[in-house]
Amino acid sequence: MIRAVLSALLLTVAAPAAAQTIAIVNGTLATGDGSGPIQGGTVVIRDGKVVAAGQGVQVPADAQVIDASGKWVTPGIVAGFSRLGLADVDLGAGGADDTSARDGPFSAAIDVTPAINPLYQPIAVNRADGVTRALVAPATAKSIFAGQGAVIDTGSDMDAITKPRAFQFVELGETGANDAGGSRASAHILFRNALREARELARFSQPVRSTREGVPDERNQPVVRNPNESRIYGPDARRSDDVLLTRFDAAALVPVLQGRQYLLVHVERASDILQVLDLAREFPSLKIVIVGGSEGWLVADKIARSGIPVIASAVNDLPASFEQLAATQSNVGRMRAAGVKVSIGMIDDNDTRQLFNERQYAGNLVGLASVPGATGLSWGEALAAITSGPAKAIGMGGQIGSLTPGAHGDAVIWSGDPLDTRSAAEVVFIDGVRQPLETHQTRLLERYRYLPRGNLPEAYRH
Amino acid sequence: MAVAATAALAGCAALSPPTKNAAAIHINEDPFPSTYVPYPGVPTAIRGATVFDGEGGQIANGTVILGDGKVQAVGGPDLPIPAGAEVIDGTGKFVTPGIIDVHSHLGDYPSPGVQSLSDGNEATSPVTPEVWAEHSVWPQDPGFSRALVNGGVTTLQILPGSANLFGGRSVTLKNVPARTVQGMKFPGAPYGLKMACGENPKRVYGSKGKEPSTRMGNIAVARQTWAKAQQYKRKWDKYYAKGGDMPERDMAMDTLKGVLEGKILIQNHCYRADEMANMIDMSKEFGYHITAFHHAVEAYKIADLLRDNGICAVMWADWYGFKMEAYDGIKENIPLVHNAGACAIVHSDDPNYIQRLNQEAAKALSDGQRAGLPNLTEAVAWTWLTSNPAKALGIADRTGSLTPGKMADVVLWNGDPFSTYTRPERVWIDGALMYDANDPKHRPVSDFELGQPGEGDVK
Repeated sequence: MIRAVLSALLLTVAAPAAAQTIAIVNGTLATGDGSGPIQGGTVVIRDGKVVAAGQGVQVPADAQVIDASGKWVTPGIVAGFSRLGLADVDLGAGGADDTSARDGPFSAAIDVTPAINPLYQPIAVNRADGVTRALVAPATAKSIFAGQGAVIDTGSDMDAITKPRAFQFVELGETGANDAGGSRASAHILFRNALREARELARFSQPVRSTREGVPDERNQPVVRNPNESRIYGPDARRSDDVLLTRFDAAALVPVLQGRQYLLVHVERASDILQVLDLAREFPSLKIVIVGGSEGWLVADKIARSGIPVIASAVNDLPASFEQLAATQSNVGRMRAAGVKVSIGMIDDNDTRQLFNERQYAGNLVGLASVPGATGLSWGEALAAITSGPAKAIGMGGQIGSLTPGAHGDAVIWSGDPLDTRSAAEVVFIDGVRQPLETHQTRLLERYRYLPRGNLPEAYRH
Repeated sequence: MAVAATAALAGCAALSPPTKNAAAIHINEDPFPSTYVPYPGVPTAIRGATVFDGEGGQIANGTVILGDGKVQAVGGPDLPIPAGAEVIDGTGKFVTPGIIDVHSHLGDYPSPGVQSLSDGNEATSPVTPEVWAEHSVWPQDPGFSRALVNGGVTTLQILPGSANLFGGRSVTLKNVPARTVQGMKFPGAPYGLKMACGENPKRVYGSKGKEPSTRMGNIAVARQTWAKAQQYKRKWDKYYAKGGDMPERDMAMDTLKGVLEGKILIQNHCYRADEMANMIDMSKEFGYHITAFHHAVEAYKIADLLRDNGICAVMWADWYGFKMEAYDGIKENIPLVHNAGACAIVHSDDPNYIQRLNQEAAKALSDGQRAGLPNLTEAVAWTWLTSNPAKALGIADRTGSLTPGKMADVVLWNGDPFSTYTRPERVWIDGALMYDANDPKHRPVSDFELGQPGEGDVK
């Protein structure tokens, strides 16, 4: 008994069986590219990557075949904006929450990578519900800059990071105003000043003088492979005295300024969105993605023309704050109709834990289409909004969130239509590896399924 | 019976002082009475729909007849339609009783969520049974309309927050817009008293260096308060029996006395199984009954205890881990409680989730079915949304099911309400059509939203 439990635990913790060739056949298949579901689809995954997906796909002779008759098959859900893996418990559990550094000296330099714990329960719970990847951002504390977010997978192994430092996250709406001391005007001048300080460091970045002839001095590089050593302390590390940012924070913004790192900007209000579009014109090298965007529908044409993607909150329809007075569930649909590259994220909406709600939200946007006067999404668009959409927004389309050949082999077999909350994930592959779906919660269910007193206390049921 | 005490006293004092053993003066127990009057409706017959009656029954190709503000009849395709009734073709649609949310802060934590409107917690003392949520409710909260048109919510209980051990009185409202909260009050609904155990009170007062800062402090302060309430009640009982000098009024103790007399229902915020058991023992010590445990994330661990004590568990479908006492939340909580024979209720505690309680029930139902729990059907799961909540609010004789004679609080859904794709099409409250998806004029817009962007929007 004890041995069995131990081995079960080891299975959960250790890396699952090595990848091989898998063919999922006969399912109702949707690839996440915006198209609708097709019948009798096949997905082939080899060595952790998608090889093919569609109708009439050849099943390789060496494939392990999984019959998905009566089931639905999609790419794994990509949580468009999350704080997954940064907290096990959000409140009153010291040590279990690394979402923001209230008393730390750094802002933009912060990198969530070392804080992600692949063994936290929210990762397991979301994996069990078909969420296979997530954009993970830190939260701001004393600066408008929260730091650098990562893309992770939810696999049952210790290697969660798909792409470290995939983006910088900045608050430029109400939260940004508060972080900046009380006004949006202050947030914007802080933002411009930060770019100025980054620019000053950026001059070290490209041809730098070296201490030895012909060899650039690594120490003068503001951006290094390990951002926890992000620094310039070579002989040329002089900065002007007129600075607000720490050296690390300014250095961390260099790749943002140079367009080598995405900049996720949280704004909700229509006028704030337009300010972001102005910033994009003023600093054309920035690769901006808008997060939130509750009032986006009011300026949808302008967002569409800018080409800036929006990772929107799907169904918030309350004037919950003065920056969301025009919030409506039709926001995503209207932006989509205007040509905005819009997908779904979960900013400030139980974003450490309830990422599985994204498929419910996506389903709601499909249902919205039946309400007279409202604008929703088609089923295919809705699935794309929680799979390929956020991936494309940060330049990872074709890598995650779709069953495109060459993409990470993340596929989910669902009991039914995944956009209906009544369906559940039955089989989850991440990088072609079949994942355990057991969680703290499923263990509690088994322990307390029957309450009559036994020969030993409940604590012995395991 | 409810005579205005102050007026009567003033009159007596001005004319002739009462003799020593004058008859006791009864205090007014309803000083903020409901002024709600149902809006007019027309006799209506919905035919050809699938009907969940709210008590576990389902009728295929059903007929529901509304008239005079009441459910008149519910039956099959052969049910006669009264002459002159508006007939609605419900083919492919579903009819249910209106959803009842027993745990909402609409109005006392309204949108926009700014400090000026944040009136849900009188967090200045852990014991504030003297405050009444209705005095914080802002009737112009735009959230009420979302709950109606997206959620099909027709009745809701507004509670004070959970910062305090005794948070104050709740109020039950009809989800009908009004200029005053009195205009929304559910006529004759009993008051509730919000109690809280666990992390919130100890965190709020512990951080101020005050008692309680621990769970044992929570119970100690609560017991001391109940002991005081018993003494207060004895004084009044004696006064009512023998007359004499009227005891001094204490608004906090008035509420607790109402609980001890069984007139005010205990609505107890409590997450953990062990703490619910402590609260049950405390209720027995002081002689009151707990009507419902709210946010009962661990109810599944003691579903038998809840059943045996006749206490409802008010739950979310899948919330977990947002604080330590929610760490053991599981997705089968609601169906497990139901399966044990206890009263299970789906609640929101949230202005967004209140718009999708049908989907929360759908998640709980399907999770229960997947776990192999027996006898779970959609019709059964609908009891978690209407008849069980009505029971927990003490209004089950008036609403919560499609029973002839009950209030015509009814939702016509444009499909199966357990589907994520389904929306309310029409909502009636007391037989009056309050929402019609096909008519923009039949949708409430709060004062706050007038002239704002998106005012006329379908939200």
